Amino acid sequence: MLKIEEQPPVNFSSELLAKFDEVVSRYPAGKQKSALLPILHLVQAEYGWTSVPAMDKVAAFLNIEPIEVYEVASFYTMYFLEPKGKYVLEVCRTGPCCLVGAEKIMKHIETKLGVKENEVTPDGLFSWRGVECLAACGYGPVLQIGPEYTFYENLTETSVDQLIDDLRKK
Amino acid sequence: MARKLLLEHINVPGIQTLTVYRQMGGYRSVEKALKTMSPEDVVEEVKKSGLRGRGGAGFPTGMKWSFLAKPEGVPRYLVCNGDESEPGTFKDRYLMTHIPHALIEGMIVSSYALGANTSYIYVRGEMMPQIRILERAIAEAKAAGLLGQNILGTGYNLELYVQPGGGAYICGEETALLESLEGKRGNPRIKPPFPAIAGLYGCPTVVNNVESIAAVVPIVNDGGEEYAKIGIGRSTGTKLISASGNLVKPGVYEIELGLPVEEFIYSDEYCGGIANGKRLKATVAGGSSVPILPANLTLKLANGDPRLMSYESLSEGGFATGTMLGSGGFIALDEDQCVVRNTWNFSRFYHHESCGQCSPCREGTGWLERILHKIEFGHGTMEDIDLLWDVQRKIEGNTICPLGDAAAWPVASAIRHFKDEFEWHVKEPIKSQTQHYGLANYANPIIKTEEIKSENI
Repeated sequence: MLKIEEQPPVNFSSELLAKFDEVVSRYPAGKQKSALLPILHLVQAEYGWTSVPAMDKVAAFLNIEPIEVYEVASFYTMYFLEPKGKYVLEVCRTGPCCLVGAEKIMKHIETKLGVKENEVTPDGLFSWRGVECLAACGYGPVLQIGPEYTFYENLTETSVDQLIDDLRKK
Repeated sequence: MARKLLLEHINVPGIQTLTVYRQMGGYRSVEKALKTMSPEDVVEEVKKSGLRGRGGAGFPTGMKWSFLAKPEGVPRYLVCNGDESEPGTFKDRYLMTHIPHALIEGMIVSSYALGANTSYIYVRGEMMPQIRILERAIAEAKAAGLLGQNILGTGYNLELYVQPGGGAYICGEETALLESLEGKRGNPRIKPPFPAIAGLYGCPTVVNNVESIAAVVPIVNDGGEEYAKIGIGRSTGTKLISASGNLVKPGVYEIELGLPVEEFIYSDEYCGGIANGKRLKATVAGGSSVPILPANLTLKLANGDPRLMSYESLSEGGFATGTMLGSGGFIALDEDQCVVRNTWNFSRFYHHESCGQCSPCREGTGWLERILHKIEFGHGTMEDIDLLWDVQRKIEGNTICPLGDAAAWPVASAIRHFKDEFEWHVKEPIKSQTQHYGLANYANPIIKTEEIKSENI
C-alpha cells in the first residue's frame, strides 16, 4: 500500500539526475516513460525505498502523471513502498527451493533476527521476506540482498548465521 | 559426450571477456552474416534449422521472424526475453552470467536479420548482477566496432540496451513484457494484433527468449541444415535443461534433444540420480506450469517405450499421460516429498503473480491456493478435491494470457495422477501433518492402456 501521510521532501542529486538522463537516452524521443522501471531502481538504491515524494519527483522528471508512477511501483514486487531495513534478506519460497529446505531457512532467519516477515529490526539493519522464484532453482535454498541483488546460494542455517554476522560487522 | 553448441566454451577461463570469447571463435557469425548474407538469408537459415522458441511455447523461431511486418519508414524492434521467472528454470541466468557475449552476438545477427536498429534485452530486475555483466559485454562489443554505427564497416547500425524488470512473473509473457518495457504495469495485451504487427511502441516487434537468440549463432556459423541434424524429429538442436529439486547434481545441462529422460536423471554425465539415495516419486519436466508426472510416466510412455527429452516425446499421451518440454525446467521430487504441498506452493505462486486483469485467473488462483492450503493442513474434505478440479477447469482457456492455463495445469495433473495422496490428506488429517504419503505406487510399472481396457470388459 502507498504511504500517503506527510513525508519529507526529496531532492535528487545531480549525479542521480545524470543517471536518469542516461537511462532516458536509451529510448526513442517521446518514449521516456520506458525509463520508469530503471529509474525507480535507481531511486530505491539511493534511498532504500520509493517514497511518494520521490515518486512525484520521478513523475515530474519523466513528464508523466504521479499515478502512472504509483501504479507501476505498486505492481512490481521489487519496489518498497515503505522503509525497510538497510539489508533486506529476500528468500526464495517457491517450489524447487522448498524441496530443498527454503521454509526451514525462513524460520531460522525469523528466529535469528527476532522479527516477523517485512518487519525491521530495532537497529534498523535488517528486514526479511519470502519472495517468489528467483531463477536459481538448482542452487537452492537461495536469498538475495539489494540494491545490487547479491546472491547467496545453497544456504544452510550456519551459512545464514555467518552472513548475518558479517553484515552486522560491516 | 553430447555435442555442445551453446556451452562448448563455458569452462574456458575468461570467456566472459570479449578477447577470450573472440579467441574461441566468437563473433564469427556477425562477420559471416553482415558481410556475406542478406537479412533474408539469415531468416532462411533459422527456418531450415527448425529452431523452436526456447522460452516455453516451442513456436518455430524462423516462422515467428517471417511474420514480422515491414512497413516503410516504421522502425522494427527485436526484444530479448530474459525475464526468466518460470519456477524451475534458471538456464538464461547461467548463460548470461557465464557467456554473455553469446547473447550479444546472437542479438546482433538476429537484429540484422529482422532489420532492427535498436534492440533491447529485458532482464528480470532481480538479476542485477547479470544486467551489469551484459552492460559490460555490450560496452566491450561497442568499443570493438561490433555494435553502434557502421558495424564492421558494413553500414549496418545497431544500438543494444539492457532493460531491468521490476519483479513480476507475468512479464515473461511477451505482450506483458512489452507493456513493462514501455514503463507500464505488466498487463498482457489482447492478441491480435500480435507483436509482429504492433509490438513495442506500436511498431513491428519480435520477442525471443535468451536461449533462442543464442542458438542463432551456431545456426548462422554452421548452417541451418547442420543444426537440424542434431536432435530428433521436429525437436532439432540442443536445449539447455535446468535441473533442480532432489537430484545429486542439480544445475544447467546442454543436451541433444532426444536424450532418454532416464539417462538424463540417472547418468553421471547429467543429474547423477536422486539425492541422498532416495527414490524418484515425480517430476515436473518443463517448469512449474507443465503437468506433473509420477516417476513411472516420467521414464516411460504409456506404451512402455522410453520417454525422451524432446517436445514430442514429453507431450506424448497428451495431458492424460504426458507433459511438456516447456522451458526445460526439470524439477525432481523424491519419495519424501508431498505432491499436495508442492501443488499448494505452485498455486500460491500463481495467485501471487496473477496480474489481476481476467477474473477467472485473479479469483480462481486464489481459490486454488486456499483449497489446497486447506487440504494440505488437514482441514480438507472429499468435496474440496472436486471443487479444486472444477475451479481449475474454469480458469483454463478463459484468460487473455497463458498464466491461467499455467495455474490450472499443475493442479489438474496433480489430481489426475496423485488423487490417492489428496484423499489420504482428507482421510488422515492428523497423520498427514507429520508423515509422508511416500512413494506409493507411483514408480510401479505402468499398466498398459489395452490391459486396463480388457480388465474393464
